Amino acid sequence: MTELTDLYQELILDHNRSPRNRRRPAVPSRKAEGYNPLCGDRVTVYVSLDGEVLKDVSFEGSGCAISTAAASIMTQGLKGKSVGEARALFEKFRRLVTGDPAGDGEPELGKLHAFGGVSRFPARVKCATLVWHTLMAALNDREEVVSTE
Amino acid sequence: MTTTATTPDPSTGSTKAGSFDPIRARRDFPILTRTIGGKPLVYLDNAATAQKPQVVIDTICRYYESQNANIHRGVHRLSVDATRAYEQARAKVAGFISAARPEEIIFVRSATEAINLVAQSYARPRLGAGDEVLITTMEHHSNIVPWQIVCQQTGARLRVVPINDAGELEMEAYDKLLGPRTKIVAVAHISNSLGTINPVKEIIAIAQRQGVPVLVDGAQAAPHLPIDVQALGCEFYAISGHKMFGPSGIGALYGRFDVLDAMEPYQGGGEMILSVTFDKTIYNHVPHKFEAGTPNIAGAIGLGATIDYLDTLGLDKIAAYEQGLLDYTTKTLASIDGVRLIGTARHKAAVVSFLVGDIHPHDVGTILDQEGIAVRTGHHCAQPVMQRFGLTATVRASLALYNTESEIDVLGAGLRTVLEVFGS
Repeated sequence: MTELTDLYQELILDHNRSPRNRRRPAVPSRKAEGYNPLCGDRVTVYVSLDGEVLKDVSFEGSGCAISTAAASIMTQGLKGKSVGEARALFEKFRRLVTGDPAGDGEPELGKLHAFGGVSRFPARVKCATLVWHTLMAALNDREEVVSTE
Repeated sequence: MTTTATTPDPSTGSTKAGSFDPIRARRDFPILTRTIGGKPLVYLDNAATAQKPQVVIDTICRYYESQNANIHRGVHRLSVDATRAYEQARAKVAGFISAARPEEIIFVRSATEAINLVAQSYARPRLGAGDEVLITTMEHHSNIVPWQIVCQQTGARLRVVPINDAGELEMEAYDKLLGPRTKIVAVAHISNSLGTINPVKEIIAIAQRQGVPVLVDGAQAAPHLPIDVQALGCEFYAISGHKMFGPSGIGALYGRFDVLDAMEPYQGGGEMILSVTFDKTIYNHVPHKFEAGTPNIAGAIGLGATIDYLDTLGLDKIAAYEQGLLDYTTKTLASIDGVRLIGTARHKAAVVSFLVGDIHPHDVGTILDQEGIAVRTGHHCAQPVMQRFGLTATVRASLALYNTESEIDVLGAGLRTVLEVFGS
Protein backbone atom coordinates (compact mmCIF):
# COMPACT_ATOMS: atom_id res chain seq x y z
CA MET A 1 0.00 0.00 0.00
CA THR A 2 2.93 2.42 0.48
CA GLU A 3 3.29 3.40 -3.18
CA LEU A 4 -0.46 3.70 -3.38
CA THR A 5 -0.78 5.97 -0.38
CA ASP A 6 2.11 7.94 -1.84
CA LEU A 7 0.09 8.46 -5.01
CA TYR A 8 -3.32 8.89 -3.43
CA GLN A 9 -2.30 11.25 -0.65
CA GLU A 10 -5.04 12.58 1.58
CA LEU A 11 -4.72 16.04 0.02
CA ILE A 12 -5.31 14.59 -3.45
CA LEU A 13 -8.28 12.52 -2.28
CA ASP A 14 -9.73 15.58 -0.58
CA HIS A 15 -9.47 17.78 -3.68
CA ASN A 16 -10.92 14.92 -5.75
CA ARG A 17 -13.91 14.68 -3.40
CA SER A 18 -14.51 18.41 -3.33
CA PRO A 19 -12.72 20.15 -6.16
CA ARG A 20 -12.09 23.89 -5.66
CA ASN A 21 -12.72 26.40 -8.44
CA ARG A 22 -14.72 23.99 -10.58
CA ARG A 23 -16.93 26.56 -12.21
CA ARG A 24 -17.39 28.56 -15.35
CA PRO A 25 -16.80 32.25 -14.72
CA ALA A 26 -19.11 34.86 -16.24
CA VAL A 27 -16.53 36.50 -18.51
CA PRO A 28 -13.15 34.79 -18.57
CA SER A 29 -10.56 36.61 -20.63
CA ARG A 30 -8.99 33.36 -21.77
CA LYS A 31 -10.02 29.72 -22.00
CA ALA A 32 -8.70 26.50 -23.47
CA GLU A 33 -9.80 22.91 -23.72
CA GLY A 34 -7.71 19.86 -22.95
CA TYR A 35 -8.37 16.30 -24.00
CA ASN A 36 -6.78 13.02 -23.00
CA PRO A 37 -7.59 10.57 -25.80
CA LEU A 38 -6.34 7.69 -23.65
CA CYS A 39 -9.23 7.98 -21.22
CA GLY A 40 -11.57 10.35 -23.03
CA ASP A 41 -11.36 12.91 -20.23
CA ARG A 42 -11.86 16.56 -21.07
CA VAL A 43 -11.03 19.67 -19.12
CA THR A 44 -11.66 23.35 -19.79
CA VAL A 45 -9.49 25.96 -18.07
CA TYR A 46 -10.68 29.55 -17.65
CA VAL A 47 -8.33 32.40 -16.84
CA SER A 48 -9.13 36.00 -16.00
CA LEU A 49 -6.09 38.15 -16.61
CA ASP A 50 -5.39 41.59 -15.26
CA GLY A 51 -2.45 42.59 -17.38
CA GLU A 52 0.12 39.92 -16.63
CA VAL A 53 -1.54 38.78 -13.42
CA LEU A 54 -3.85 35.78 -13.12
CA LYS A 55 -6.79 37.27 -11.24
CA ASP A 56 -8.85 34.11 -11.36
CA VAL A 57 -8.33 30.56 -12.61
CA SER A 58 -11.06 27.92 -12.70
CA PHE A 59 -11.91 24.74 -14.57
CA GLU A 60 -14.71 22.49 -15.71
CA GLY A 61 -14.73 18.82 -16.55
CA SER A 62 -14.33 15.58 -14.75
CA GLY A 63 -11.61 13.02 -14.75
CA CYS A 64 -9.70 10.68 -12.51
CA ALA A 65 -8.68 11.59 -8.98
CA ILE A 66 -5.22 12.68 -10.11
CA SER A 67 -6.46 14.97 -12.87
CA THR A 68 -9.30 16.43 -10.81
CA ALA A 69 -7.01 17.13 -7.86
CA ALA A 70 -4.34 18.52 -10.19
CA ALA A 71 -6.88 20.97 -11.62
CA SER A 72 -8.22 21.92 -8.21
CA ILE A 73 -4.83 22.48 -6.58
CA MET A 74 -3.45 24.25 -9.64
CA THR A 75 -6.28 26.76 -9.78
CA GLN A 76 -5.93 27.46 -6.06
CA GLY A 77 -2.22 28.13 -6.24
CA LEU A 78 -2.19 30.41 -9.25
CA LYS A 79 -4.41 33.27 -8.18
CA GLY A 80 -2.38 36.46 -8.00
CA LYS A 81 0.62 34.93 -9.76
CA SER A 82 2.07 36.41 -12.94
CA VAL A 83 2.05 34.61 -16.25
CA GLY A 84 5.81 34.14 -15.96
CA GLU A 85 5.46 32.66 -12.47
CA ALA A 86 2.76 30.27 -13.72
CA ARG A 87 5.08 29.05 -16.46
CA ALA A 88 7.94 28.54 -14.02
CA LEU A 89 5.65 26.68 -11.65
CA PHE A 90 4.49 24.36 -14.44
CA GLU A 91 8.09 23.60 -15.38
CA LYS A 92 8.87 22.67 -11.80
CA PHE A 93 5.68 20.64 -11.45
CA ARG A 94 6.44 18.80 -14.69
CA ARG A 95 9.86 17.88 -13.33
CA LEU A 96 8.30 16.68 -10.08
CA VAL A 97 5.79 14.32 -11.71
CA THR A 98 8.23 12.96 -14.28
CA GLY A 99 10.89 12.28 -11.65
CA ASP A 100 13.31 14.84 -13.08
CA PRO A 101 15.14 16.45 -10.12
CA ALA A 102 13.50 19.83 -9.69
CA GLY A 103 16.16 21.52 -7.61
CA ASP A 104 15.52 23.94 -4.79
CA GLY A 105 14.54 27.55 -4.83
CA GLU A 106 11.77 29.53 -6.42
CA PRO A 107 9.02 28.98 -7.23
CA GLU A 108 7.80 27.06 -4.19
CA LEU A 109 5.69 24.05 -5.14
CA GLY A 110 3.71 24.15 -1.91
CA LYS A 111 0.69 21.88 -2.07
CA LEU A 112 1.82 20.63 -5.47
CA HIS A 113 4.36 18.48 -3.62
CA ALA A 114 1.46 16.08 -3.04
CA PHE A 115 1.92 14.92 -6.64
CA GLY A 116 5.43 13.62 -6.00
CA GLY A 117 4.14 10.03 -6.00
CA VAL A 118 2.99 10.32 -9.61
CA SER A 119 6.56 9.92 -10.89
CA ARG A 120 6.46 6.25 -9.95
CA PHE A 121 3.34 5.74 -12.09
CA PRO A 122 4.43 6.73 -15.61
CA ALA A 123 1.00 5.89 -17.04
CA ARG A 124 -0.50 8.59 -14.83
CA VAL A 125 1.83 11.52 -15.57
CA LYS A 126 -0.54 12.80 -18.26
CA CYS A 127 -3.40 12.83 -15.76
CA ALA A 128 -1.43 15.30 -13.63
CA THR A 129 -0.17 17.49 -16.47
CA LEU A 130 -3.20 17.76 -18.77
CA VAL A 131 -4.72 20.68 -16.89
CA TRP A 132 -1.37 22.48 -16.85
CA HIS A 133 -0.89 22.05 -20.60
CA THR A 134 -4.41 23.39 -21.01
CA LEU A 135 -3.59 26.38 -18.81
CA MET A 136 -0.54 27.11 -20.96
CA ALA A 137 -2.72 27.01 -24.09
CA ALA A 138 -5.13 29.46 -22.46
CA LEU A 139 -2.27 31.79 -21.56
CA ASN A 140 -0.92 31.52 -25.11
CA ASP A 141 -4.47 32.18 -26.35
CA ARG A 142 -4.46 29.03 -28.45
CA GLU A 143 -7.90 27.97 -29.60
CA GLU A 144 -7.27 24.36 -30.61
CA VAL A 145 -7.89 21.54 -28.17
CA VAL A 146 -4.79 20.52 -26.25
CA SER A 147 -4.15 16.80 -26.42
CA THR A 148 -1.88 14.72 -24.24
CA GLU A 149 -0.93 12.59 -27.24
CA MET B 1 -15.03 -27.74 -35.59
CA THR B 2 -18.34 -28.90 -36.92
CA THR B 3 -20.62 -27.08 -34.56
CA THR B 4 -22.50 -24.15 -35.96
CA ALA B 5 -23.40 -22.58 -32.66
CA THR B 6 -22.89 -18.85 -32.48
CA THR B 7 -23.47 -18.90 -28.77
CA PRO B 8 -22.03 -21.45 -26.39
CA ASP B 9 -24.56 -24.03 -25.36
CA PRO B 10 -24.46 -24.45 -21.60
CA SER B 11 -26.49 -27.65 -21.80
CA THR B 12 -23.74 -29.49 -23.64
CA GLY B 13 -20.92 -27.40 -22.24
CA SER B 14 -21.53 -28.26 -18.63
CA THR B 15 -20.88 -31.95 -19.13
CA LYS B 16 -17.84 -31.32 -21.27
CA ALA B 17 -16.51 -28.61 -18.98
CA GLY B 18 -15.08 -31.24 -16.71
CA SER B 19 -12.63 -32.23 -19.37
CA PHE B 20 -11.16 -28.74 -19.68
CA ASP B 21 -8.45 -28.11 -17.12
CA PRO B 22 -7.46 -24.43 -16.86
CA ILE B 23 -4.67 -25.19 -14.39
CA ARG B 24 -3.09 -27.51 -16.91
CA ALA B 25 -3.60 -24.97 -19.70
CA ARG B 26 -1.88 -22.30 -17.59
CA ARG B 27 1.34 -24.30 -17.74
CA ASP B 28 1.39 -23.77 -21.49
CA PHE B 29 1.74 -19.99 -21.04
CA PRO B 30 5.17 -19.04 -19.67
CA ILE B 31 4.26 -15.41 -18.94
CA LEU B 32 1.68 -16.52 -16.36
CA THR B 33 4.46 -17.53 -13.97
CA ARG B 34 5.82 -14.01 -13.67
CA THR B 35 5.13 -11.57 -10.89
CA ILE B 36 4.26 -7.88 -10.97
CA GLY B 37 5.77 -5.95 -8.07
CA GLY B 38 6.17 -9.23 -6.16
CA LYS B 39 2.59 -10.38 -6.77
CA PRO B 40 1.49 -13.09 -9.19
CA LEU B 41 0.31 -11.65 -12.48
CA VAL B 42 -3.47 -11.81 -12.84
CA TYR B 43 -3.94 -11.12 -16.52
CA LEU B 44 -7.49 -9.98 -17.24
CA ASP B 45 -6.85 -7.91 -20.36
CA ASN B 46 -7.37 -10.62 -22.93
CA ALA B 47 -9.70 -8.61 -25.13
CA ALA B 48 -6.79 -6.24 -25.71
CA THR B 49 -4.36 -9.04 -26.44
CA ALA B 50 -4.04 -12.62 -25.27
CA GLN B 51 -0.90 -14.30 -23.94
CA LYS B 52 1.05 -16.80 -26.01
CA PRO B 53 1.50 -20.51 -25.35
CA GLN B 54 5.03 -21.92 -25.48
CA VAL B 55 4.21 -23.86 -28.64
CA VAL B 56 3.50 -20.63 -30.54
CA ILE B 57 6.66 -18.97 -29.21
CA ASP B 58 8.70 -22.05 -30.16
CA THR B 59 7.18 -22.24 -33.63
CA ILE B 60 8.15 -18.64 -34.37
CA CYS B 61 11.67 -19.14 -32.95
CA ARG B 62 12.12 -22.32 -34.97
CA TYR B 63 10.99 -20.60 -38.13
CA TYR B 64 13.60 -17.86 -37.78
CA GLU B 65 16.29 -20.23 -36.51
CA SER B 66 16.04 -22.87 -39.20
CA GLN B 67 13.33 -22.23 -41.80
CA ASN B 68 13.44 -18.56 -42.77
CA ALA B 69 13.13 -17.84 -46.49
CA ASN B 70 10.89 -15.80 -48.74
CA ILE B 71 7.87 -17.59 -50.11
CA HIS B 72 6.33 -18.23 -53.51
CA ARG B 73 9.64 -17.57 -55.26
CA GLY B 74 12.96 -19.28 -55.51
CA VAL B 75 13.48 -22.94 -56.16
CA HIS B 76 15.74 -23.57 -53.23
CA ARG B 77 14.77 -25.91 -50.47
CA LEU B 78 14.26 -23.31 -47.74
CA SER B 79 11.90 -21.29 -49.90
CA VAL B 80 9.92 -24.37 -50.84
CA ASP B 81 9.61 -25.37 -47.17
CA ALA B 82 8.66 -21.86 -46.03
CA THR B 83 6.04 -21.65 -48.78
CA ARG B 84 4.59 -24.97 -47.73
CA ALA B 85 4.45 -23.95 -44.06
CA TYR B 86 2.81 -20.63 -44.95
CA GLU B 87 0.19 -22.29 -47.14
CA GLN B 88 -0.42 -24.96 -44.50
CA ALA B 89 -1.16 -22.14 -42.06
CA ARG B 90 -3.70 -20.78 -44.53
CA ALA B 91 -5.36 -24.19 -44.67
CA LYS B 92 -5.41 -24.32 -40.86
CA VAL B 93 -7.19 -20.97 -40.66
CA ALA B 94 -9.66 -22.18 -43.28
CA GLY B 95 -10.34 -25.30 -41.22
CA PHE B 96 -10.57 -23.31 -38.00
CA ILE B 97 -13.47 -21.22 -39.26
CA SER B 98 -14.87 -23.91 -41.59
CA ALA B 99 -14.21 -22.07 -44.83
CA ALA B 100 -14.94 -24.09 -47.97
CA ARG B 101 -11.40 -23.71 -49.31
CA PRO B 102 -8.03 -22.29 -48.22
CA GLU B 103 -8.04 -19.68 -51.00
CA GLU B 104 -10.83 -17.95 -49.13
CA ILE B 105 -8.33 -16.95 -46.44
CA ILE B 106 -6.30 -13.78 -46.97
CA PHE B 107 -3.51 -13.07 -44.55
CA VAL B 108 -3.51 -9.49 -43.31
CA ARG B 109 -1.86 -7.54 -40.50
CA SER B 110 -4.88 -7.49 -38.24
CA ALA B 111 -8.64 -7.63 -38.13
CA THR B 112 -8.44 -3.87 -38.66
CA GLU B 113 -6.65 -4.36 -41.96
CA ALA B 114 -9.15 -7.04 -42.96
CA ILE B 115 -12.00 -4.56 -42.54
CA ASN B 116 -10.11 -1.80 -44.37
CA LEU B 117 -9.48 -4.25 -47.21
CA VAL B 118 -13.19 -4.98 -47.55
CA ALA B 119 -14.10 -1.30 -47.27
CA GLN B 120 -11.68 -0.30 -50.02
CA SER B 121 -11.67 -3.31 -52.35
CA TYR B 122 -15.24 -4.50 -52.03
CA ALA B 123 -17.32 -1.53 -50.92
CA ARG B 124 -15.62 1.47 -52.52
CA PRO B 125 -16.21 0.49 -56.16
CA ARG B 126 -19.79 -0.51 -55.35
CA LEU B 127 -20.88 2.50 -53.29
CA GLY B 128 -22.40 5.63 -54.71
CA ALA B 129 -23.97 8.79 -53.35
CA GLY B 130 -27.00 7.94 -51.25
CA ASP B 131 -26.01 4.30 -50.70
CA GLU B 132 -25.76 3.11 -47.13
CA VAL B 133 -23.36 1.15 -44.97
CA LEU B 134 -24.99 -0.34 -41.88
CA ILE B 135 -22.99 -0.89 -38.68
CA THR B 136 -23.95 -0.97 -34.99
CA THR B 137 -23.44 1.22 -31.94
CA MET B 138 -21.27 -1.37 -30.25
CA GLU B 139 -18.57 -1.58 -32.92
CA HIS B 140 -14.90 -1.17 -32.16
CA HIS B 141 -13.42 1.92 -33.85
CA SER B 142 -11.83 -0.47 -36.35
CA ASN B 143 -15.30 -1.39 -37.61
CA ILE B 144 -16.43 2.24 -37.73
CA VAL B 145 -13.65 4.40 -39.13
CA PRO B 146 -12.89 2.33 -42.29
CA TRP B 147 -16.57 2.71 -43.20
CA GLN B 148 -16.57 6.42 -42.46
CA ILE B 149 -13.59 6.79 -44.78
CA VAL B 150 -15.23 4.89 -47.63
CA CYS B 151 -18.47 6.83 -47.10
CA GLN B 152 -16.52 10.08 -47.42
CA GLN B 153 -14.88 8.81 -50.59
CA THR B 154 -18.13 7.76 -52.23
CA GLY B 155 -20.85 9.97 -50.81
CA ALA B 156 -22.47 6.98 -49.12
CA ARG B 157 -24.07 7.28 -45.71
CA LEU B 158 -23.21 5.44 -42.50
CA ARG B 159 -26.25 4.13 -40.62
CA VAL B 160 -26.06 2.72 -37.11
CA VAL B 161 -28.19 0.06 -35.41
CA PRO B 162 -28.90 1.16 -31.82
CA ILE B 163 -28.47 -0.98 -28.70
CA ASN B 164 -30.67 -1.29 -25.63
CA ASP B 165 -29.68 -0.65 -22.00
CA ALA B 166 -28.42 -4.20 -21.63
CA GLY B 167 -26.08 -3.70 -24.55
CA GLU B 168 -28.03 -5.85 -27.01
CA LEU B 169 -28.75 -4.91 -30.62
CA GLU B 170 -32.24 -3.63 -31.26
CA MET B 171 -33.18 -6.14 -33.92
CA GLU B 172 -36.39 -4.40 -34.94
CA ALA B 173 -34.43 -1.26 -35.66
CA TYR B 174 -31.95 -3.36 -37.63
CA ASP B 175 -34.78 -4.71 -39.73
CA LYS B 176 -35.99 -1.20 -40.46
CA LEU B 177 -32.56 0.27 -41.16
CA LEU B 178 -31.74 -2.48 -43.64
CA GLY B 179 -33.15 -0.91 -46.77
CA PRO B 180 -32.81 -0.92 -50.53
CA ARG B 181 -29.86 1.48 -50.30
CA THR B 182 -27.93 -0.74 -47.88
CA LYS B 183 -24.87 -2.08 -49.68
CA ILE B 184 -23.10 -3.83 -46.81
CA VAL B 185 -23.65 -4.67 -43.14
CA ALA B 186 -20.68 -4.81 -40.74
CA VAL B 187 -21.17 -6.16 -37.24
CA ALA B 188 -19.08 -7.49 -34.37
CA HIS B 189 -19.58 -11.14 -33.44
CA ILE B 190 -18.71 -10.24 -29.83
CA SER B 191 -18.54 -6.69 -28.49
CA ASN B 192 -15.09 -5.92 -27.09
CA SER B 193 -16.45 -3.42 -24.61
CA LEU B 194 -19.71 -5.05 -23.46
CA GLY B 195 -19.15 -8.75 -24.09
CA THR B 196 -22.44 -9.05 -25.97
CA ILE B 197 -22.58 -12.03 -28.31
CA ASN B 198 -24.58 -10.78 -31.28
CA PRO B 199 -27.09 -13.01 -33.07
CA VAL B 200 -24.94 -12.93 -36.21
CA LYS B 201 -26.64 -15.88 -37.84
CA GLU B 202 -29.98 -14.09 -37.67
CA ILE B 203 -28.40 -10.78 -38.74
CA ILE B 204 -26.87 -12.47 -41.79
CA ALA B 205 -30.10 -14.30 -42.68
CA ILE B 206 -32.07 -11.05 -42.61
CA ALA B 207 -29.46 -9.28 -44.77
CA GLN B 208 -29.32 -12.20 -47.17
CA ARG B 209 -33.03 -11.97 -47.85
CA GLN B 210 -32.33 -8.53 -49.29
CA GLY B 211 -29.15 -9.63 -51.01
CA VAL B 212 -26.94 -7.50 -48.74
CA PRO B 213 -23.49 -8.89 -47.91
CA VAL B 214 -22.33 -9.02 -44.28
CA LEU B 215 -18.89 -8.59 -42.76
CA VAL B 216 -18.53 -10.09 -39.29
CA ASP B 217 -15.75 -8.67 -37.10
CA GLY B 218 -14.70 -11.83 -35.29
CA ALA B 219 -11.64 -10.43 -33.51
CA GLN B 220 -13.19 -11.10 -30.10
CA ALA B 221 -14.98 -14.31 -31.05
CA ALA B 222 -12.15 -16.41 -32.47
CA PRO B 223 -10.47 -17.15 -29.10
CA HIS B 224 -13.78 -17.96 -27.40
CA LEU B 225 -16.30 -19.61 -29.73
CA PRO B 226 -16.32 -22.24 -32.46
CA ILE B 227 -16.81 -20.42 -35.78
CA ASP B 228 -18.36 -21.82 -38.94
CA VAL B 229 -18.49 -19.21 -41.69
CA GLN B 230 -20.41 -21.49 -44.06
CA ALA B 231 -23.12 -22.16 -41.50
CA LEU B 232 -23.25 -18.45 -40.71
CA GLY B 233 -23.45 -17.63 -44.40
CA CYS B 234 -21.51 -14.37 -44.16
CA GLU B 235 -19.54 -12.96 -47.08
CA PHE B 236 -16.65 -11.78 -44.91
CA TYR B 237 -15.25 -12.70 -41.50
CA ALA B 238 -12.25 -10.99 -39.89
CA ILE B 239 -10.00 -12.49 -37.23
CA SER B 240 -6.95 -11.26 -35.35
CA GLY B 241 -3.97 -13.48 -34.50
CA HIS B 242 -2.83 -11.81 -31.31
CA LYS B 243 -6.24 -11.95 -29.68
CA MET B 244 -6.35 -15.73 -30.12
CA PHE B 245 -3.00 -16.48 -28.44
CA GLY B 246 -1.06 -16.05 -31.67
CA PRO B 247 1.52 -13.46 -32.71
CA SER B 248 0.69 -9.81 -33.29
CA GLY B 249 0.90 -8.38 -36.78
CA ILE B 250 -1.08 -11.21 -38.33
CA GLY B 251 -4.77 -11.59 -38.95
CA ALA B 252 -6.97 -13.18 -41.54
CA LEU B 253 -9.87 -12.16 -43.70
CA TYR B 254 -12.28 -14.82 -44.83
CA GLY B 255 -14.13 -13.92 -48.00
CA ARG B 256 -16.43 -16.18 -49.96
CA PHE B 257 -14.54 -17.19 -53.08
CA ASP B 258 -16.88 -15.73 -55.69
CA VAL B 259 -16.99 -12.43 -53.81
CA LEU B 260 -13.20 -12.23 -53.48
CA ASP B 261 -12.75 -13.18 -57.10
CA ALA B 262 -14.86 -10.24 -58.24
CA MET B 263 -12.98 -7.72 -56.06
CA GLU B 264 -10.27 -5.23 -56.92
CA PRO B 265 -6.83 -5.69 -55.36
CA TYR B 266 -6.17 -3.87 -52.06
CA GLN B 267 -2.53 -2.88 -52.47
CA GLY B 268 -0.18 -3.16 -55.41
CA GLY B 269 3.25 -4.74 -55.35
CA GLY B 270 5.07 -8.00 -55.68
CA GLU B 271 3.29 -11.30 -55.09
CA MET B 272 -0.08 -9.94 -56.13
CA ILE B 273 0.77 -9.99 -59.85
CA LEU B 274 1.09 -12.57 -62.60
CA SER B 275 2.87 -10.32 -65.05
CA VAL B 276 3.88 -6.68 -65.16
CA THR B 277 4.66 -4.42 -68.09
CA PHE B 278 4.39 -0.64 -68.14
CA ASP B 279 1.33 -1.02 -70.32
CA LYS B 280 -0.55 -3.63 -68.40
CA THR B 281 -0.37 -5.66 -65.22
CA ILE B 282 -2.20 -8.91 -64.78
CA TYR B 283 -3.19 -9.59 -61.20
CA ASN B 284 -2.55 -12.85 -59.44
CA HIS B 285 -5.36 -15.17 -58.41
CA VAL B 286 -7.24 -15.13 -55.11
CA PRO B 287 -5.91 -15.05 -52.40
CA HIS B 288 -2.50 -13.83 -53.62
CA LYS B 289 -4.15 -10.91 -55.38
CA PHE B 290 -4.70 -9.43 -51.92
CA GLU B 291 -1.29 -10.18 -50.43
CA ALA B 292 1.05 -7.63 -51.97
CA GLY B 293 4.63 -7.69 -50.74
CA THR B 294 6.40 -10.23 -48.57
CA PRO B 295 3.84 -11.14 -45.93
CA ASN B 296 4.30 -11.81 -42.23
CA ILE B 297 5.46 -15.37 -42.87
CA ALA B 298 6.49 -16.13 -39.29
CA GLY B 299 3.25 -14.61 -38.05
CA ALA B 300 1.13 -16.77 -40.33
CA ILE B 301 2.99 -19.91 -39.29
CA GLY B 302 2.64 -18.85 -35.64
CA LEU B 303 -1.08 -18.37 -36.19
CA GLY B 304 -1.21 -21.90 -37.58
CA ALA B 305 0.43 -23.12 -34.36
CA THR B 306 -2.11 -21.33 -32.17
CA ILE B 307 -4.93 -22.92 -34.18
CA ASP B 308 -3.42 -26.38 -33.64
CA TYR B 309 -3.21 -25.55 -29.94
CA LEU B 310 -6.84 -24.41 -29.73
CA ASP B 311 -7.96 -27.48 -31.67
CA THR B 312 -6.25 -29.67 -29.09
CA LEU B 313 -8.12 -27.96 -26.25
CA GLY B 314 -11.43 -27.74 -28.13
CA LEU B 315 -13.17 -24.39 -28.49
CA ASP B 316 -16.51 -25.86 -27.41
CA LYS B 317 -14.92 -26.87 -24.11
CA ILE B 318 -13.18 -23.51 -23.77
CA ALA B 319 -16.50 -21.73 -24.40
CA ALA B 320 -18.28 -23.80 -21.77
CA TYR B 321 -15.52 -23.24 -19.21
CA GLU B 322 -15.52 -19.49 -19.85
CA GLN B 323 -19.30 -19.30 -19.40
CA GLY B 324 -18.88 -20.74 -15.91
CA LEU B 325 -16.08 -18.30 -15.19
CA LEU B 326 -18.21 -15.41 -16.47
CA ASP B 327 -21.01 -16.39 -14.05
CA TYR B 328 -18.52 -16.53 -11.19
CA THR B 329 -17.08 -13.12 -12.14
CA THR B 330 -20.51 -11.54 -12.45
CA LYS B 331 -21.50 -12.87 -9.01
CA THR B 332 -18.20 -11.78 -7.45
CA LEU B 333 -18.59 -8.24 -8.76
CA ALA B 334 -22.27 -8.08 -7.79
CA SER B 335 -21.27 -8.90 -4.20
CA ILE B 336 -19.19 -5.72 -3.94
CA ASP B 337 -21.11 -2.61 -2.96
CA GLY B 338 -20.92 0.13 -5.54
CA VAL B 339 -19.90 -2.03 -8.49
CA ARG B 340 -22.12 -1.48 -11.51
CA LEU B 341 -21.94 -3.68 -14.60
CA ILE B 342 -22.09 -2.04 -18.04
CA GLY B 343 -23.34 -4.62 -20.50
CA THR B 344 -25.76 -7.22 -19.22
CA ALA B 345 -26.79 -8.95 -22.42
CA ARG B 346 -28.42 -12.37 -22.14
CA HIS B 347 -25.80 -13.84 -24.45
CA LYS B 348 -22.44 -12.70 -23.23
CA ALA B 349 -18.83 -13.71 -23.61
CA ALA B 350 -16.41 -13.46 -20.70
CA VAL B 351 -15.91 -9.71 -21.01
CA VAL B 352 -17.04 -7.71 -18.00
CA SER B 353 -17.15 -3.91 -18.12
CA PHE B 354 -17.93 -2.14 -14.87
CA LEU B 355 -17.68 0.95 -12.71
CA VAL B 356 -16.71 1.17 -9.06
CA GLY B 357 -18.87 3.80 -7.37
CA ASP B 358 -17.90 7.17 -8.80
CA ILE B 359 -14.21 6.30 -8.80
CA HIS B 360 -12.61 6.95 -12.15
CA PRO B 361 -11.62 3.75 -14.01
CA HIS B 362 -8.02 4.91 -14.31
CA ASP B 363 -7.74 5.17 -10.55
CA VAL B 364 -9.24 1.69 -10.26
CA GLY B 365 -6.77 0.38 -12.84
CA THR B 366 -3.76 1.88 -11.09
CA ILE B 367 -4.74 0.37 -7.75
CA LEU B 368 -5.47 -3.05 -9.27
CA ASP B 369 -2.09 -2.91 -11.00
CA GLN B 370 -0.46 -2.62 -7.58
CA GLU B 371 -2.08 -5.98 -6.81
CA GLY B 372 -0.65 -7.54 -9.98
CA ILE B 373 -4.00 -7.38 -11.76
CA ALA B 374 -4.01 -6.24 -15.41
CA VAL B 375 -7.33 -4.80 -16.54
CA ARG B 376 -8.17 -2.35 -19.27
CA THR B 377 -9.47 1.05 -18.31
CA GLY B 378 -10.75 3.63 -20.73
CA HIS B 379 -13.09 3.70 -23.68
CA HIS B 380 -11.88 0.40 -25.18
CA CYS B 381 -11.70 1.93 -28.67
CA ALA B 382 -15.50 1.99 -28.62
CA GLN B 383 -16.35 5.59 -27.78
CA PRO B 384 -19.87 5.42 -29.25
CA VAL B 385 -20.65 2.67 -26.70
CA MET B 386 -19.41 4.90 -23.89
CA GLN B 387 -21.53 7.77 -25.24
CA ARG B 388 -24.55 5.45 -25.41
CA PHE B 389 -24.20 4.80 -21.68
CA GLY B 390 -23.24 8.40 -20.86
CA LEU B 391 -19.72 7.46 -19.76
CA THR B 392 -16.20 8.32 -20.76
CA ALA B 393 -14.62 5.12 -19.52
CA THR B 394 -15.13 1.80 -17.78
CA VAL B 395 -12.96 -0.83 -16.15
CA ARG B 396 -12.91 -4.02 -18.20
CA ALA B 397 -11.93 -7.50 -17.08
CA SER B 398 -11.75 -9.75 -20.13
CA LEU B 399 -11.11 -13.41 -19.46
CA ALA B 400 -9.48 -16.22 -21.34
CA LEU B 401 -9.13 -19.97 -21.04
CA TYR B 402 -6.26 -19.73 -18.53
CA ASN B 403 -8.07 -17.53 -16.02
CA THR B 404 -9.38 -19.13 -12.85
CA GLU B 405 -11.90 -18.50 -10.10
CA SER B 406 -9.11 -17.82 -7.65
CA GLU B 407 -7.88 -15.03 -9.92
CA ILE B 408 -11.38 -13.56 -9.85
CA ASP B 409 -11.16 -13.69 -6.06
CA VAL B 410 -7.96 -11.64 -6.31
CA LEU B 411 -9.85 -9.15 -8.49
CA GLY B 412 -12.62 -8.96 -5.87
CA ALA B 413 -10.09 -8.30 -3.11
CA GLY B 414 -8.39 -5.69 -5.31
CA LEU B 415 -11.66 -3.86 -5.79
CA ARG B 416 -12.20 -3.83 -2.03
CA THR B 417 -8.76 -2.20 -1.73
CA VAL B 418 -9.86 0.41 -4.28
CA LEU B 419 -12.89 1.24 -2.14
CA GLU B 420 -10.68 1.37 0.95
CA VAL B 421 -8.15 3.78 -0.63
CA PHE B 422 -10.97 6.07 -1.69
CA GLY B 423 -12.67 5.77 1.67
CA SER B 424 -15.93 4.66 0.08
